[in-house]
Amino acid sequence: MKSPFLIAAFALLSLPTLAQKKPATPTQKPAASAISGAVLASGKKVYTQNCLTCHMADGGGVQNMNPPLSKTSYVLGDKNRLINILLNGMEDQDIDGESYQNVMPAHDFLTDQQIADVLTYVRNSFGNKASAVQAGEVKTARAAKKK
Amino acid sequence: MKNTLTRFLLPATAVAGSLALYALTPPARVVPDADNAGLKLPAGFGALVAAETGGRARHLTVTPQGVVYVKLSRVKDGKGILTLHPTSTGKATIAGGFGGYGGTGMYNKDGYLYASSDEDVYRYKLDSKGEVTNPTQPEKIITGLINRKQHESKSVVLDNSGNIYVNVGAYSNSCQERDRRPGSLGMPNCPVLDSAGGIWQFKANKLNQKYGDGMRYATGLRNVVGLDWNQQGNKLFVMQHGRDQLHTLFPDKYTEKESAQFPAECMYALDKGDNAGWPYIYYNQEINKKMMAPEYGGDGKKTVDDKYIDPAAAYPAHMAPNGLLFYTGSMFPEKYKNGAFIAFHGSWNRAPEPQKGYFVVFQPFKNGKPSGNWEVFADNFAGSPEKAASGRADHRPCGLAQGPDGSLYVSDDVKGTIYRIVYNKK
Repeated sequence: MKSPFLIAAFALLSLPTLAQKKPATPTQKPAASAISGAVLASGKKVYTQNCLTCHMADGGGVQNMNPPLSKTSYVLGDKNRLINILLNGMEDQDIDGESYQNVMPAHDFLTDQQIADVLTYVRNSFGNKASAVQAGEVKTARAAKKK
Repeated sequence: MKNTLTRFLLPATAVAGSLALYALTPPARVVPDADNAGLKLPAGFGALVAAETGGRARHLTVTPQGVVYVKLSRVKDGKGILTLHPTSTGKATIAGGFGGYGGTGMYNKDGYLYASSDEDVYRYKLDSKGEVTNPTQPEKIITGLINRKQHESKSVVLDNSGNIYVNVGAYSNSCQERDRRPGSLGMPNCPVLDSAGGIWQFKANKLNQKYGDGMRYATGLRNVVGLDWNQQGNKLFVMQHGRDQLHTLFPDKYTEKESAQFPAECMYALDKGDNAGWPYIYYNQEINKKMMAPEYGGDGKKTVDDKYIDPAAAYPAHMAPNGLLFYTGSMFPEKYKNGAFIAFHGSWNRAPEPQKGYFVVFQPFKNGKPSGNWEVFADNFAGSPEKAASGRADHRPCGLAQGPDGSLYVSDDVKGTIYRIVYNKK
C-alpha cells in the first residue's frame, strides 16, 4: 500500500516524467503480481553476476560485511534512494542499526533496464514484496545525477 | 636437646610436606559438556561452553591466574571488554567489564593487558590476581591508526623485547582505482600501503605513539586478524586474508570456481622489512606460485618470482583466518607443543560455491617452521555441514587463547560463546 503512495509522492515532488505517467500508476496497484516472469528472470541473471557474491544467493548478506536485502528499509523503501545506491555505490552507512565493512561499488555500468530488472527482482525475492522499478525511473535518476 | 628439636621438627615437616602435596595435587579435572559444546574434536579431547557472553567476542586472552578477558567488536551495556572469572568446574562467570569501545585486539604479557579499538591501542595494569587496576584510566599507547571500515580490526601481539605489533588492514580489496568495481585497474604504486596493508611496530610502554613514532615492520599484507609471536623461532607469524572476487571483477579471466578456489589464505613468517606483495600478487596454493594480480596485468597464469616473500604455509581460499596461537602448554599431547592453532572464521566469498571454514585448524611445527600437513582440529562451530555450506553458521570461531593449565579457549563473534577445549586422556 505504501508504494503507490510513494510513487505518487515522487511524481509530485520531483519527477516530471513520472508525473506524466501518473494516470498509469493505479494499474500497478497489485504491484508484485503485475511483474512478468521475464523481468524477474532477467533481474536474477544480473543479480547472479553482480550481486550474489556479496549479498548471497538467499539475499541474507554477511554479518558485519555485506548487508542483507531481505525486508530492509533500504530495499523496500524509497525506490529513488535504492536506484541511487546502484548508480553511486555506498559505504560507511548503517542499515537498520547494523554497520557493514564492505564497500558497495557503483554499478552505473549496468543499463537502465538491467538496474530496473535487478531491483525489481530484489524487491520481489527473499521474502520481499514491493512494486517494480521501471527503466524510466532509472533513466531519470541517472540524468539527475549528471546535472 | 636433639630429641626435643626432632620432636618439634617432625610434625612441622609433616605439615609442610602435606601442604606441598596439596599444592602438587592437580585441581579437579575440568569436565567437558556432555555434547562437547557441539564441537567435533580428536579422540581424547573434550570441550565445554566456558561462558555465554552474548556479545560479539573477537580476540581473548587468559592471564597466568586464569582470568579471561574478551574483546567485543561492539560495546555491550557500555562495555567493550568483559572480565571472566574461572570456577572449579572449568566454567567461567562474567564478573564485569570495562573499556567503552569496540574493537578486536586483546593480549596480555608481563602484567599488562593490551586492547585495541579500531584506531587506538590501550594498556591496563594487571595486579597479582590478574585483575585490571585502572579500568577507567588505561594508558593510550598508540593512536590515530587508519580506520575506513573495510578491514578495520587492529590485532596486537608483543615480542620479548618490549615491542608491540599492530595490524593495519588495507581499506581496499585490491587497490583498484575504484574499489571492487568490475574491471577497474590497480593504482600504480598503491598509496594504501603508506598507512595500511601491513604490520606496524611500536614500543609497548610509550604513550600516544602515532605512525611516525612507530615503524612499518612488514608491508604488502592485505588484512591480518590472526597473529602471534613464535617463541621457538623468536619471530612474528601472521595470517593474511587473501583478496576477494577474482571472477566478479574479472569475469573473462576467472571462472566462478577459480574465484572460490583462489587465492590461498597465507601464513607468513615476518622479518623486519618484508613485503608479502599485496596488491600486486596473490598466491596460488595448487601450483605454489605467486600470481600477478589481474588489476596489475595478471591473467590467472602469469607468475611473479622475485621481490616478494613466500608464505610459510597456505590454506584454502576465503576461509578468513581470524585467530593464530602457538601452543606452548603441556596439557595437550606432545605433537601439539609449539604448533599453531588457527581459527578460520568461515568464508563468504566462495558463493555460489559452498562456503568453507568455521573451524579451528592445527598446523604442526618443527623448529619454528610449519612441518607437515594441517588438519581440522575443532569442527562444527556452524552447527551442521549444511549451515557451514550456506554460510549461515550458528557460531564462528574468531579468537584463540591458552589458559594457564594448557586449555585452549576459542571465542565466537556471532553469539559470544566462549569455548574451552581440554585434553582428558592420560
